[in-house]
Amino acid sequence: MTDSNMDQLWPLFWEAAWETLYIVAITLTLGGLLGLLLGLGLYVTRSGGLYASRPVSVVLNVLVNFFRPIPFVIFIAAVQPFARVVVGTGIGNPAIIFALTLAAAFGISRIVEQNLVTVDPGVIEAARSVGASRARIVRTVVLPEALGPLVLGYTFAFVALVDMTAVAGVVGGGGLGNFALQYGFRQFDTVVTWTAVIAIVVLVQVVQLAGNTTARRILRR
Amino acid sequence: MPLVELTDVHKTFPAARGRTPVEAIRGVDLTVEAGEIVGIVGYSGAGKSTLVRLINALETTTSGSVQVDGREITGLKERELREVRLGIGMIFQQFNLFRSRTVWGNVAYPLEVAGVPAQEQNARISDLLHFVGLADKAHSHVEELSGGQKQRVGIARALATNPRLLLADEATSALDPETTQEVLALLRRVNRELGITIVVITHEMDVVRSLAHRVVVMEAGRIVEEGPVVQVLSDPQQPVTRRFVSTIVDDEPDAEALAALHARHAGRFVKLAFRGDEVRQSDVFAVLLEHGVRFELVFGGIEEVQGETFGNLTLALDGDPAAVDAAVDAVRALVPTKELAR
Repeated sequence: MTDSNMDQLWPLFWEAAWETLYIVAITLTLGGLLGLLLGLGLYVTRSGGLYASRPVSVVLNVLVNFFRPIPFVIFIAAVQPFARVVVGTGIGNPAIIFALTLAAAFGISRIVEQNLVTVDPGVIEAARSVGASRARIVRTVVLPEALGPLVLGYTFAFVALVDMTAVAGVVGGGGLGNFALQYGFRQFDTVVTWTAVIAIVVLVQVVQLAGNTTARRILRR
Repeated sequence: MPLVELTDVHKTFPAARGRTPVEAIRGVDLTVEAGEIVGIVGYSGAGKSTLVRLINALETTTSGSVQVDGREITGLKERELREVRLGIGMIFQQFNLFRSRTVWGNVAYPLEVAGVPAQEQNARISDLLHFVGLADKAHSHVEELSGGQKQRVGIARALATNPRLLLADEATSALDPETTQEVLALLRRVNRELGITIVVITHEMDVVRSLAHRVVVMEAGRIVEEGPVVQVLSDPQQPVTRRFVSTIVDDEPDAEALAALHARHAGRFVKLAFRGDEVRQSDVFAVLLEHGVRFELVFGGIEEVQGETFGNLTLALDGDPAAVDAAVDAVRALVPTKELAR
């Protein structure tokens, strides 16, 4: 214990924790929104969907299937040129936020689609039978009926994003993952590594608990 | 003018990948008069669900004409169809209530779609919940309700926009017999007190018997038989109709039952069909007794539907063969008689 530098590292730790929080918060918001739109697109264009369209569905599926399986650490490198164009830099937190937002959008789109397909087609038919428009049905039936599972899905996405931020260091990004690798793992300082680990675990637990509670309230069970 | 008029309607679902197209409706003519309750019966796959969905344009026809309230609805734009749908209520086998909304919120939905002002909505929802007997459940969630209560919410929701027509798609098939009666009673009130025309699809003849004025029998996408309920129940023409009718009205014993009965009862077996009140059973029995023929009732029953009596009785006739022959001839003059066994 006496070998550990943790005593001196607390300011850096708090900075790293804050970085993880804001990177995840921004990417979950932006990527979550993009993912929601993309997921809605996947859902409504499915065969039998409200806007069933085979060509659009195929295009969206190919797009999502192309990007989603790329390991994030490689994805960062792959989209770096685009990051330079869009956020003006290929390194640091802006580049990480850019890559993470894109990756999150593709991942979340599938989560959204999976949750929306569980909405009973019968309630959609009931809404159609009273003359509701398709856009209204998406807004007032599909999303509210799937809200509970969607909250759980986004909670899952949050945890996945925390996981993905760990590799931010490869392009000079910060966060708890980078902190653990740089000051813990590479300095053979187990205390530092485990401090970061515990912080991540606590963060994930708190968010998961909040997500579960919210979903339970929505689902009333 | 009929409320609904279908003329030579066809509906073919395009082929799913690797499968042949499905001809769900193959040339249907159907008229529904304002104020009546029409029961559409048929086995699953007969096309009855598709048929009602053509009436409120949840499905579009492949060819033919569908007129609702004098308006041709084939070829209308989605926007215009939404207007048509607002004037037609629909209830479902699985109720299809919104779990994300309370009872109140479910009934409010069509009113929101129709753009009814909030004040008016409140009064209307309150009236409807009283009508279906669920005023005390207004703020309950769907999962807190029993099946019968759910269907009553479904009915309130379907009636919210004051439709002239209510479509019921197997509306009681998921309910137990007692609850079914409750819901049927409510539907009768909807028809009688609110003057709403109802089209019910069902595979339960009980529903037809206790609710419908007229019955339409479908098989393989076509209407094979239709008529007033009493007429169809008492004198079914098509094999499929007879099978349906036999679920609630005893016709004659099948071959196996007949053999078993014949083994236990001596004599000649005849089936007598009683229709309406023109011929009384006592008249028939009197003729048999006059000829010195003893008889036993071995199968059948008498039904009363909407105030009319009918039924089929299978009798075992015993006595001097010549007397039995004479008695059967005399009975034949009174009621339709069919020889079953000697």
